[in-house]
Amino acid sequence: MKNSKYLILRRLVQLGLLFLFIGGNVYGWKVLEGNYSTAWVFESFHLSDPYAVLQMLATFYMPLSEVLIGALILFFFYALIGGRVFCSWICPINIITDFASYLQRKFNIAPLMKTKEVSRNIRYYVLVLGLILSSLFGIAAFELINPITVLHRALIFGVGFSSSIVLIIFLFDLLILEHGYCGHICPVGAFYAATGRFRALKVFHDKDNCTLCMKCKIVCPEPQVLGLIGKETAKIKTAECTNCARCIDVCDDDALKFKI
Amino acid sequence: MSKEEDEMATRRKALTDIVKGAGYLALGGLTWGGYVKEAKATEFALRPPGALPEKDFVKACIKCGLCVEHCPYDTLLLSEHGDKKVIGTPYFDARTIPCYMCVDIPCVPVCPTGALDVMSLTSIDEETQEEKLDINMSKMGVAVVDPDNCVAFWGIQCDVCYRACPLMDEAISLVYEKNERTGKHAFLKPEVHREICTGCGLCEKACITEEASIIVLPHEIVTGKVGAHYIKGWDKNDENRLRKEKELEKKGDEMKSTLDYLNNTDDLFNEE
Repeated sequence: MKNSKYLILRRLVQLGLLFLFIGGNVYGWKVLEGNYSTAWVFESFHLSDPYAVLQMLATFYMPLSEVLIGALILFFFYALIGGRVFCSWICPINIITDFASYLQRKFNIAPLMKTKEVSRNIRYYVLVLGLILSSLFGIAAFELINPITVLHRALIFGVGFSSSIVLIIFLFDLLILEHGYCGHICPVGAFYAATGRFRALKVFHDKDNCTLCMKCKIVCPEPQVLGLIGKETAKIKTAECTNCARCIDVCDDDALKFKI
Repeated sequence: MSKEEDEMATRRKALTDIVKGAGYLALGGLTWGGYVKEAKATEFALRPPGALPEKDFVKACIKCGLCVEHCPYDTLLLSEHGDKKVIGTPYFDARTIPCYMCVDIPCVPVCPTGALDVMSLTSIDEETQEEKLDINMSKMGVAVVDPDNCVAFWGIQCDVCYRACPLMDEAISLVYEKNERTGKHAFLKPEVHREICTGCGLCEKACITEEASIIVLPHEIVTGKVGAHYIKGWDKNDENRLRKEKELEKKGDEMKSTLDYLNNTDDLFNEE
């Protein structure tokens, strides 16, 4: 439990939000209704997944202002404040892929491909391809396979065969490609990574405190963002950093912290 | 290696990389696209009240499930793999739980994208001139009777669908006919009036045969199209329909130019 402050906090936020969504459906709580495509908050305003709305616009359907405004709110929140905090603090798939990564480290399981061997840019191609296919086929293409919402619907509206997607992603990450789904494929995370460069919340590294133990690089789900470790006293610029703060947790030398 | 050779090698590598990248994109696009096409080619679905036509509905639905959460009868379901509907979209199975036609229509105004269109269910009160929701305007589907298995067509008195219908005598009426077989009874045959039927499915739910002999189908499935070849000479308004179709044809005229070119023989004998 030592050195897990942010990890525990993140899990509480992720599970707490799921709990509120489930309560919204089962008991009619009015805090959060809907799911991660569109959530209705206190029955007063919507928060919508900007990438899902972008796909909808790609099909040339003009939705009501509710989701447009909802998507803009989230877009600006992540672009200007949080960066990829959706990925590490909200998305339920993160719990699964983190678990796969934990097992790899704990039991020395070597997947077919290490994360370095496969391009991290695949996700940006998936992002663009999703929009092209939405436009071509007249339906939001990624929303047909988006495991975030598939899992979320399965949890909120009843577990069915669709929830096997969880196991597929878990095994894919564990056995085939290290940090495979969230780090290489998911276009939702790619969207926030592509737009989050000017976020306020960043991880700050203090070179003078660093003892080069490299614990941070071992736990980081996007290790390419930690190039500055031991070299430079600065904030992490690239928005591929999910702000998960696992590096801050494991650092024993006070060389990493959040900075606004 | 000389500098020139080196440059050539980099250039060659860059070109190969571009082609390779295009290959990856094509691989992903074709696989994914194939899946999307398949996932879209689904069996029919009965949608919630006020739903846009299916083609637009699948574009507009963001799959948030708010309509499902606000349905007080658990009529609406979100489709899963294997339900043969576009995944994550709301539908209902009338035989299991039909739409109970709530007057305040809780499922529709909560839709944040307009996939369920409030305006299609809004009428203006004649007395107060205020807009009000009217569930009877909904067009979720049309009830269709199977005359071979409906016992009313056998001469057995049933009229369950007729009485279950929330628009009794409007959407379903009973047609009286003499039963020649017995000579002393009447058939009470249910007849659906398509322009009034809302597709709520209460009749399908109530039907007494083992499998329902009156079922609700979406409009797209039961609606035909006459085309411009036939016109009701006795109906002045039908002329408008013809005009519309003509206009559409005109728009498509440019497409015919190749055929016109082949049929045009004027220039053929015009050798100089």
